[in-house]
Amino acid sequence: MSVLTIFDKSQNGRKGIALPKLDVPRLEIPKEFKREQKAQLPELSEFDVVRHFTNLSSKNFAIDKNFYPLGSCTMKYNPKIAEKVAGLDGFISLHPHLVTNQMGEEVQGTLEVVDLLEQKLCAVTGMSAFTTTPQAGAHGEMLGIMMIHKYHESRNDKRKYVIVPDSSHGTNPATAAMVGYEVITIKSDENGAMDFEEFKAKMSDEVAAVMLTVPNTLGIYNKKIKEICTLAHEYGAMMYYDGANMNAIMGVARPGDIGFDVIHINVHKTFATPHGGGGPGSGPVGVNEKLKPFLPDLGVKKVDGKYEFTNGGSNSIGKISPFFGNYGISLRALVYMTVLGGNGMKNASSKAVLNANYIRVKLKDYFDMPFDTMCMHECVLSAKTLAKEHKVTAMDIAKYLLDFGMHAPTVYFPLIVKEAIMIEPTETENKQTIDEFCQKMIDAVNLAKEDAEAFREYPKTLGVSRPDDTRAIKELDVCFNC
Amino acid sequence: MPYTPHTKDEIELMLQTIGIKSEEELFSSVPSNLRVDSLDIEDGLDEYTTFEKFKALASKNVTDKTIFLGGGYYDHIVPSAVDALSSRAEFYTAYTPYQAEASQGTLQVLYEYQSLVCKLTGMDVSNASMYDGATALAEAALMAVRISKKNKILIDAGVNPTYIKVVQTYLSFREIEVEIVDLKGDISDFETIESKIDDSVAGYLFQNPNFLGSIASFEKIIEKLHEKGALAVSSVYAVSLGVLKEPSSMGVDIVTADGQCLGNYLSFGGPSFGLIATKQEYIRDLPGRIIGKTVDRDGKEMFVLTMQAREQHIRRHRATSNICSNQNLLALRSTIYLSLLGKEGFVELANSCHSKSEYLKENLSKIKGVEIFNSSTTFSEFVIKTPCDASDILEAMSSRGIYAGINLGNLFEGFENAILVSVTEKRTKEQMDNYVENLIEVLGGEA
Repeated sequence: MSVLTIFDKSQNGRKGIALPKLDVPRLEIPKEFKREQKAQLPELSEFDVVRHFTNLSSKNFAIDKNFYPLGSCTMKYNPKIAEKVAGLDGFISLHPHLVTNQMGEEVQGTLEVVDLLEQKLCAVTGMSAFTTTPQAGAHGEMLGIMMIHKYHESRNDKRKYVIVPDSSHGTNPATAAMVGYEVITIKSDENGAMDFEEFKAKMSDEVAAVMLTVPNTLGIYNKKIKEICTLAHEYGAMMYYDGANMNAIMGVARPGDIGFDVIHINVHKTFATPHGGGGPGSGPVGVNEKLKPFLPDLGVKKVDGKYEFTNGGSNSIGKISPFFGNYGISLRALVYMTVLGGNGMKNASSKAVLNANYIRVKLKDYFDMPFDTMCMHECVLSAKTLAKEHKVTAMDIAKYLLDFGMHAPTVYFPLIVKEAIMIEPTETENKQTIDEFCQKMIDAVNLAKEDAEAFREYPKTLGVSRPDDTRAIKELDVCFNC
Repeated sequence: MPYTPHTKDEIELMLQTIGIKSEEELFSSVPSNLRVDSLDIEDGLDEYTTFEKFKALASKNVTDKTIFLGGGYYDHIVPSAVDALSSRAEFYTAYTPYQAEASQGTLQVLYEYQSLVCKLTGMDVSNASMYDGATALAEAALMAVRISKKNKILIDAGVNPTYIKVVQTYLSFREIEVEIVDLKGDISDFETIESKIDDSVAGYLFQNPNFLGSIASFEKIIEKLHEKGALAVSSVYAVSLGVLKEPSSMGVDIVTADGQCLGNYLSFGGPSFGLIATKQEYIRDLPGRIIGKTVDRDGKEMFVLTMQAREQHIRRHRATSNICSNQNLLALRSTIYLSLLGKEGFVELANSCHSKSEYLKENLSKIKGVEIFNSSTTFSEFVIKTPCDASDILEAMSSRGIYAGINLGNLFEGFENAILVSVTEKRTKEQMDNYVENLIEVLGGEA
């Protein structure tokens, strides 16, 4: 059975938009520069287009429709007020080259937004300064490691390595490599924290930075975090804080106070910006005093009550993006932070951790628990025994849940837990939804014991079932009629 | 508290289930000497007060001027259907499509997006979007280095100067030599470029139309690049592809662009998204996500994230790039936008931009003291040289309600008193006549 794409629905001569009538003489491009054949775009009416994409939208799980306990992704409710604000004409119709023309006077409201967001992020993290120019978490990571590189370079200190624990997000090692470093991976200990003895053994004055996610991707807060920072600093290395899991810790502990030198925050996670099915995100980066001189081009400062643009100083790493990054996302984050306030942020973290621990306890008798301790905002279970004794895997459980109107948790990550199932409920889910989810997880375990074969059929209600991933690679089809 | 649904009774019950007495105990693993009591941030505001506060901020921005600013960001019409469809919560509150069965909407949109990018550029494969045009070009430069196994990048000075800065930042942490080749007048200095193409060159980055708006033919220089095993990497203004030669027909190896112009708002430069497309043979070096069509176990066609071995999920430090999130929602908007315009509408759009820009160029050229800098054909942007300080002129025009262009003196050396003027389909004859009349007055009233 075949799906109909927008190209399949095309009819020669149909149009979906009327452009304003051309009120000047029509001129042609000289032949030497002209395209020989028109681009083969589909031809449809506006209504055809509306119906096509509306129907496609209904084939998605989304946080407004479904519980989305995707570990390490922080899928929380996105308040509608942020969208309403971000849609104001005063924000969306500004041209960025007003920066080039030094017309800051015309965009005072926007510059104030940037400044307010930076101030609030400093207050949450304990850092000295922030930049909102990176366009995603991984982009922020890259900026952070670039600044660390420049810092060492400015001291004529050549360093070769970046240390990451084996539980880290995959972007951490990839980022270190992008900035030209070799990666040293440290294994996790029996408590799920980076093995301190191995870390001590591998630490040297050739290490440029240590990248830690706090709490880590197992949902665990490393009790030795202060010692790690101290040791790294003794060797002249910088401490990088991957703030993807900041949702667990707002108003409880601040990376700057602990001794971290640089941090990125995925504001689209912690500060509730819709992720749009894969982006946009935004990854502001905060630094302490040491790294301030290396901040990238384009920031704002207030002089005599007016906002002005600033460029980086002589040690700036330059530009990481042309202007203010995903400015519209920064704006949404600021709206969210304004509604929550300091008290609301602390409450959000507390309830996120409450929900996660509640799930951990309700499910601990049904799954293997690789680390059976209090968790932070997410908990990691394992389907190791189910897989061994009943041939029902973490993926089988994930697909089973899809049929009951729930998005699957993250599975097979972190890589260090066999048959990992990583659950992050977030603070915005109510107890009834969480109870229902736990019941479905328990039902799945019971079904696995009674009739493991039944899992081969899931999901069976979504229009399509499990994809042939091998065929997708072997018979590559990534473009219609190409 | 905003958005947390827990009642007092529920909190009690949940704490009991966990086996602790207070919410504070939830954080017992955080050493007490690292904890803070509260944040130095004022308490939360109600929704109404928040909206009023932000409405006041928005009103401090000036939005009632006629825009002739371009330089990579363009004031095009955004059809209503684009806003209506992209604001459907099923699209904008979804996450990355990790579970294919539950994400067929997003996955099919991205497959259609990739297809549209290939139709526009003539290339074989596209990814599911990059952050923006600048970072797409930087990643393309890294691709050229990977593919050619050489380490020198030539950058044409006709590339958007803000893009050049981003590319330089990306490349400066690798052992890659970067050389910028100056323009000859308003177009690429092909003789000099040719003299620099040797066995060490990985790729040549250029822009067409270039930042000054001028169009050139790059076929010959691309042939030279290929003879030496180097790649041709171009940045394009996507709308121009309605009438200009598709990059594939010139032999370009990697095409990049910014997607703001395709149904997205200016939004002070972001969010936008980046396009990147290449030849089939280089697909494994393409960064970011790629969507493929396959079948499910019953033989039904469906879409999945494919070729993930290049991503950081598996090989981690050996990934082609650290890019993880893309700009899906903006790519969705462009998919809807291009579907609305269709084959004929897209040509009409490009033609309108070109014709209107030629009208304004012609009329500005008649003003005493104003010179058109471009000697070659332009698409929708061009440079005027003015007899006095460009910033004074721009300020005077702005006070008359017109953003008359970009002050090139702030971007390039040697371009003092030069303004980059851009015209889209949105500008009317009346607005352009108004521009001309006002510029005459600003320059002293002599036509």
